[in-house]
Amino acid sequence: MNQLSDRKYIIIGVFILVGLIYISRLFYIQVIDDTYKLDARNQAFRYTTEFPIRGYIYDRNNKLLVYNEAAYDLMVLPKNVKNIDTMDFCGLLGITKEQFLKKMKKAVQAPNSPRKESIFEKQLSPKDYASLQEVLYRFPGFFVQSRTLRKYPKKIAAHMLGYIGEADKRTTEKDSYYKEGDYLGISGIEKSYEKVLRGKKGMHIIMKDVNNRDMGSYMNGLYDTIAISGKPLTTTLDADLQEYAEQLMQNKIGSVVAIDPSTGEILAIVTSPTYDPNLFVGRARNKNFVELSHDSIGKPLFNRSTMASYPPGSTFKLVMALIGLNEGVLTADTRYPCARGYPPLGGRPKCHPHGSPMDLEGAIGTSCNSYFSYVFKSVIEDKTYNSTYKAYANWRDIATSFCLGTKTGSDLANELRGNVPSIGYYDKIFGKGSWKASTVISLGIGQNELGITPLQNANLVAIIANKGWYYTPHIVKAIDGNPNDTILDRFKVKHYTKIKDTAIYNIVIAGMAKAVEGGTAASLKIEGIPYCAKTGTAQNSGKDHSVFVCFAPKDNPKIAIGILIENAGFGSTYAGPIARLMMEKYLKGEITRPDLEKRMLEADLIHKTKNAEVTKQH
Amino acid sequence: MLRSQNNTSIFYNVDWITVLTYLVLILMGWLNIYAAVYNEEHYIITDITQKYGKQLIWIGTSLLLALIILIIDENFYTAFAYFIFGAFLLANIAVPFLGREVKGSSSWFRFGDFGIQPAEFMKFAANLALAKFLSNQNIKIADYKSTIVSLLIIGIPAIIIMKMQNETGLAIVFVAFIFMLYREGLSVNYLLLGFLAIILFILALMINNLYLFIIIAALCAIALLFIKRNAKNLFIIAAIGIVACTMVRGTTYVYDHMEDHQKTRIDVLLGRGTVNLKDEGYNVNQAKIAIGSGGFLGKGYLQGTQTKYNFVPEQDTDFIFCTVGEEWGFLGSTFVIILELFLIIRLIFMAERQRSPFSRIYGYGVASVFFFHLTVNIGMTIGLAPVIGIPLPFFSYGGSSLWSFTILLFIFIKLDSKRLQILR
Repeated sequence: MNQLSDRKYIIIGVFILVGLIYISRLFYIQVIDDTYKLDARNQAFRYTTEFPIRGYIYDRNNKLLVYNEAAYDLMVLPKNVKNIDTMDFCGLLGITKEQFLKKMKKAVQAPNSPRKESIFEKQLSPKDYASLQEVLYRFPGFFVQSRTLRKYPKKIAAHMLGYIGEADKRTTEKDSYYKEGDYLGISGIEKSYEKVLRGKKGMHIIMKDVNNRDMGSYMNGLYDTIAISGKPLTTTLDADLQEYAEQLMQNKIGSVVAIDPSTGEILAIVTSPTYDPNLFVGRARNKNFVELSHDSIGKPLFNRSTMASYPPGSTFKLVMALIGLNEGVLTADTRYPCARGYPPLGGRPKCHPHGSPMDLEGAIGTSCNSYFSYVFKSVIEDKTYNSTYKAYANWRDIATSFCLGTKTGSDLANELRGNVPSIGYYDKIFGKGSWKASTVISLGIGQNELGITPLQNANLVAIIANKGWYYTPHIVKAIDGNPNDTILDRFKVKHYTKIKDTAIYNIVIAGMAKAVEGGTAASLKIEGIPYCAKTGTAQNSGKDHSVFVCFAPKDNPKIAIGILIENAGFGSTYAGPIARLMMEKYLKGEITRPDLEKRMLEADLIHKTKNAEVTKQH
Repeated sequence: MLRSQNNTSIFYNVDWITVLTYLVLILMGWLNIYAAVYNEEHYIITDITQKYGKQLIWIGTSLLLALIILIIDENFYTAFAYFIFGAFLLANIAVPFLGREVKGSSSWFRFGDFGIQPAEFMKFAANLALAKFLSNQNIKIADYKSTIVSLLIIGIPAIIIMKMQNETGLAIVFVAFIFMLYREGLSVNYLLLGFLAIILFILALMINNLYLFIIIAALCAIALLFIKRNAKNLFIIAAIGIVACTMVRGTTYVYDHMEDHQKTRIDVLLGRGTVNLKDEGYNVNQAKIAIGSGGFLGKGYLQGTQTKYNFVPEQDTDFIFCTVGEEWGFLGSTFVIILELFLIIRLIFMAERQRSPFSRIYGYGVASVFFFHLTVNIGMTIGLAPVIGIPLPFFSYGGSSLWSFTILLFIFIKLDSKRLQILR
């Protein structure tokens, strides 16, 4: 008996052993192995992203430019799709079974996967959404995610505003905030102010039961985060002026930029041809995008105002005059001859017929090529520098201080630098030490390798209007109603050019005033508002570009405009009138020259290029 | 039969540690049932339209039963052991004919909303009968006749429950008595034979039978090299070899005659072939997910999602441990295992202190049954045992099982309280 009672130890031993094995097993599956936790989350939780409302965009007078409209994406998590009535489902969505299978295949294949949710049907209408939502519980694996779409009540400023698009793989790899398919700004200020506009996504954890029914939020929302709305932007744009400018620029290829010189605020920025920004929203987006990108003449997707580099042409003569005066190699009374061209180089660059010799004011008024070739030569061969290259470096230094050949640093996305050729640049072309002023003489008249964007062009006028300083041109005035947001601090810094003597500017400005009073722009006077202007052409491989720069009024200027119309000939034919109408519209609010307005609105340079020959007048 | 001891209450000498452990376990069980089938519309835990409300009724009646058992004279159980066994055997034979069939099961007597499963009560009845038989002065278990009688007391109810009521799980529980028989002198060889059978059963399903035969032959040959080669040893080894080979063949036979769902349960446990987690592997996988997702500290009471939202099937009965694992984590589930084992081992110590062999044998029977339930029930939820539908003592929802466990336990507590008085 005694021996048998010892068996209790074996029995207890077996019981404890089993207990220990079970506890170890529990330790493994509960503490060490994470797969069960993941599986539990995947099947019992649905993570819904709450997309914040993207910030609205207003013009300077609080007119709405961009708002949002709700849309609903039907999402699918293929792993959870089981036992659904496919026919019923297809009927609800109005798709065929083949389409259904195709979409499912897409949801399963890379880059999607059965375990990853992806968009099954994009942007359901609110009506479709309403009818679908009620029965969605019958289709496990499917759910709806609400999104916002951009809407543009005024259909203007498409390039400046830019558009939003879905984040691709590259974006998501770079910034983990985005998931594939999220919307983000792709261009324009949608891109440059993305972080302000987007707000912050919220995440909700919804519990599901085995039948995919919502069982409320997990832990009463303890782990949920709330979406924070994006901040609204107040732009510096004057919607009325912008709209008017776009109308005037209809059927013309080019760009207009208007800046308030006293603040650097961009009042209007037009790229033409443009498009209705609403085309880039919704399900027709891809189709419209392809259509617009196929227009090889107008290239409506090309944002000329900041992305196109044009030779500045005649307007650069203003900079030449300023540099010449500043360097002391030119005075207001300096006279140079013109023989239908620049005499020392046998009449090249060529010029048009006008009186000769002329003083500076006259040369600005007539835009004499010969005169400014002389000025350029005298600057580059200035003996005080001992060397042509040192003089050239100085010239380039001053020119770039006018924000040429360098980005303005505006808040418009994707700005081109333009080009003011460096010494190295010419050394490469001509060989070190084997080029001189006469080699690159056409720089003096704004040709050669000079490149300037319409935005830089307008900023240049603003600098002259301000007599030597500028604020970085910008398009956003206030963020969330706050003009003092630190993001905008950089637009409150005054930048000075290397030419600070206002007397020098006065001479050039006087020349520009003369052009309006009795010169090339005499036909474009505005009653009661004396203003300054410079007409010009920019030589081009095809027909010359029509250029016009101006600011008004002459004293305390409120608006500076740079305008360029491709292949439109002389500056006062199209560019000048459009700029004039814009100034009047902005400063007076009404147009006193309906005849001019009508002519500009009706002018079609795209579709009638061939028969609309305009005689060159200089 | 009722009697009151001179100046002694019915609670005199009752082992309060065991009673307290019992109370803690049923309370925890009740709270877990509430969490497992928690319904926001019926959040009151005593709402008797819900299972947690019903369980409260079962707990109340169980306590009443416990009280009655403590009141009844301890000699009643020895005197009427065979009678009780016979009565419940008859009830079990009758139930397929008299009871109403519910969900394919013919093991229930129905009374309106409530049901009674006589098979559950067969456990304590068989335990009483075994104790009575084995405590006979003239019986020695080593004697093979006694062994056969013992096995009949165990086997007959098991076969009736398995074949007539189609309740395999409840029938398999009777295997538990092997621990008790072992304590009472059953040859170790039987246990080893049983152990060998299980090992061979698993191997036969995992490995090609031909290889298995070769391995057995090789092992026999090796054994012969190391022991004295005489006629007796040769005979023993040959016998073992033949028995082993027969078992292997038998496995295929048994497996082939199993029902499909039983086959798949074994396949799932052993990972044979491809297990479809949406189909045959669903239960065990979901149970593991629920328990595994609990982590170290658990998700917190009523915060489980896997059980509450019906991912785990039978989450209030056979898979109740999933709720423990999910909401109380590793700490909670370890605590439950330790508490259950504590009760079982306490019962063994109590059994060992009996002067009466009847009490001791009965006590071992109780401990064996509890242990078997614990092992199989928790084992199946964590993938260490095949899915056999038997409840976790004191935790699983159900009146019959709770009554059955309570009766099993409290008869022993009663016997134990009288351990000093008489030698039965």
